Amino acid sequence: MFRKISNIIVKQLLTFSGAITGIAILFISIFLFKEGLGLFKSPAIEEGYALFVNSKNIVDNLTAKEIKEVFDSEITNWHDLGGEDIEIRIFRIDEIFQHYSDEELGEDYQFLPEKLAEVIREDESIVAFVPVEFAPAQHVGVKELMVDNITFSDYFAGKEWLPTATPAPLFGTLPMFLGTLLVSLVAILFALPLGLGVAIYLSELAQERIRKFLKPIIELLAGIPSVVYGFFGLVVLAPLVQKTFNLPVGETALTGSLILAIMALPTIISVAEDAMRNTPRAMREASLALGATHWQTIYKVVIPYAKSGISAAVVLGIGRAIGETMAVLMVTGNAALIPTSLFDPVRTIPATIAAELGEAPTGGAHYQALFLLGCVLFLITMVISITAEMISKKKNYKDM
Amino acid sequence: MKKLVVLSLGVVFAMSQSNAQKIKGSETVLPITQKAAELYIKSNPKSNVSVTGGGSGVGIAALIGGSTDIAQASRKMKFDERQKIQQSGNTVKEVIIAYDALAVIINPDNKVTNLTREQVEGIFTGKIKNWKEVGGEDMKVVPYSRETSSGTYEFFKESVLKNKNPMAGIMSMPANGAIIQSVKQTKGAIAYVGLAYVNKDVKAVHISYDKGKTFVEPSVKNAVNKTYPIVRPLYFYYLKRHEAKVKAFVDYILSPAGQQIVGDVGYVTVK
Repeated sequence: MFRKISNIIVKQLLTFSGAITGIAILFISIFLFKEGLGLFKSPAIEEGYALFVNSKNIVDNLTAKEIKEVFDSEITNWHDLGGEDIEIRIFRIDEIFQHYSDEELGEDYQFLPEKLAEVIREDESIVAFVPVEFAPAQHVGVKELMVDNITFSDYFAGKEWLPTATPAPLFGTLPMFLGTLLVSLVAILFALPLGLGVAIYLSELAQERIRKFLKPIIELLAGIPSVVYGFFGLVVLAPLVQKTFNLPVGETALTGSLILAIMALPTIISVAEDAMRNTPRAMREASLALGATHWQTIYKVVIPYAKSGISAAVVLGIGRAIGETMAVLMVTGNAALIPTSLFDPVRTIPATIAAELGEAPTGGAHYQALFLLGCVLFLITMVISITAEMISKKKNYKDM
Repeated sequence: MKKLVVLSLGVVFAMSQSNAQKIKGSETVLPITQKAAELYIKSNPKSNVSVTGGGSGVGIAALIGGSTDIAQASRKMKFDERQKIQQSGNTVKEVIIAYDALAVIINPDNKVTNLTREQVEGIFTGKIKNWKEVGGEDMKVVPYSRETSSGTYEFFKESVLKNKNPMAGIMSMPANGAIIQSVKQTKGAIAYVGLAYVNKDVKAVHISYDKGKTFVEPSVKNAVNKTYPIVRPLYFYYLKRHEAKVKAFVDYILSPAGQQIVGDVGYVTVK
């Protein structure tokens, strides 16, 4: 009787914990995507601010990129923006305090819009960046510039990442997307052959004594904090890469890949080795009895049998490489440029999130842009694990 | 037993009487306030000061929200932050408690010793790409910046780059320590850090803000006598109606003992 009840309770508890985990994962993904997709409702200009020009100016709207170039003094003439041939004068709200005293602006700045309108009316070449609540919009001679919302292509195809630029931050994530893929793929190219080699050696060739000594050491490597790997990469690997290839900088995609490969190795070795050792003794003996050599047994019997375990090792390794933050943050140089070779510095998605999320104002465009990066990362990992799953299933059918 | 009860009652009474004050904000100012709070409590056992970091923006947001008494900041309060305080019917007081000088640093093997502000701007905005353009060897310039969320980055951008954005794809490092490490091992490197971080692994260049007439070495002495140009004030902000509560601590930091701490942790004193 007691046994029956305890069985039921255990069953219920297991179902319950499964349900809780499922719900938690669902909630996290919903939260991630909800925050991230809010970005496309944000205007391309900093929230709470607007741009004003003299109403004689024939320019009506600007893109985020144009605004950035104007305020960086890269575009200096209205002619380049489709206006008349006059030099652009940039005006920021703080300048108003040099023209007028606090008394003239009023105690609660109630005269500020009026004074702003005055300044704008006087100068045809001006572009003023002011808070919306002091907008001199209803005054004569002043015109607000129209700025579009951030679009899908701005975000995914944009090449510049300047999230704190004022007045118009740029959220182009293409360099980071490509950088993440490059660093992780090269890391896996290094780690996979090495990892599988070590796994085969440990499970099939090594003496029991050596195996018992090596396995715990390799597994210990997985427990080292990633900051330690990062610091090792910055102090040892970066100068090494720089000297070997005679480069101007040591913080490159290659350095990141090497560090990630080292970090992914313990996972790959450990999981793959376990899978291979799980091959039944009867199968090995049958193979040897048929006259197969030791090597033939390994690649005709053991590896096919362990295929799903090996593919799990690969997925876990890639997952580790793509999601790694701290180590990469320290060794890749974090330059948001589209990488053209392995010797360029790159900026990865996880490193960007780690470096910037702490200071991004909650709910703002920058915050949302970082969450959307999280969604992108989530999707990349999902696609990879689904593909790996499909590949390992397909092969198994053939072998059966 | 009786003694204990009296004592604990006394403590409770003292605590309710004392002015517990909270300070929050900039990580740059943190070493000063932490040390000052420690010594202040030692000499005024009845007082209670708690100090936390979080960044200048976080500190000011807490001041607006009323969850801190003093906001410490490594930048001036922005217009819209001041606006929010005024909307809530308060006036804010600003006190400069110390100065921090920014040094532009290069690899010790680099022969260049002098740079003008315009040249530094050219380097960080990507217009100057080779050291021979500014009188050095034929070597690629590798500028390192800080992450965009850093207060040091914001001040450098405002003071040296005149609000322009650094070139797209500049290398950016997460911390001052990493910057020093990278400059030490990269021959063509150039970067910027607080004066307190400069050590023998890197070389601080002399800077000119008057188009090359005078070049000034970054040092505490030159920052104090105002000849070195890249100096930022570090602030305390508090609400005027809380003045009585926070005055004692603010005065302590401005006193000779407090300014001694400022000097000890590597910043420039106010007086």
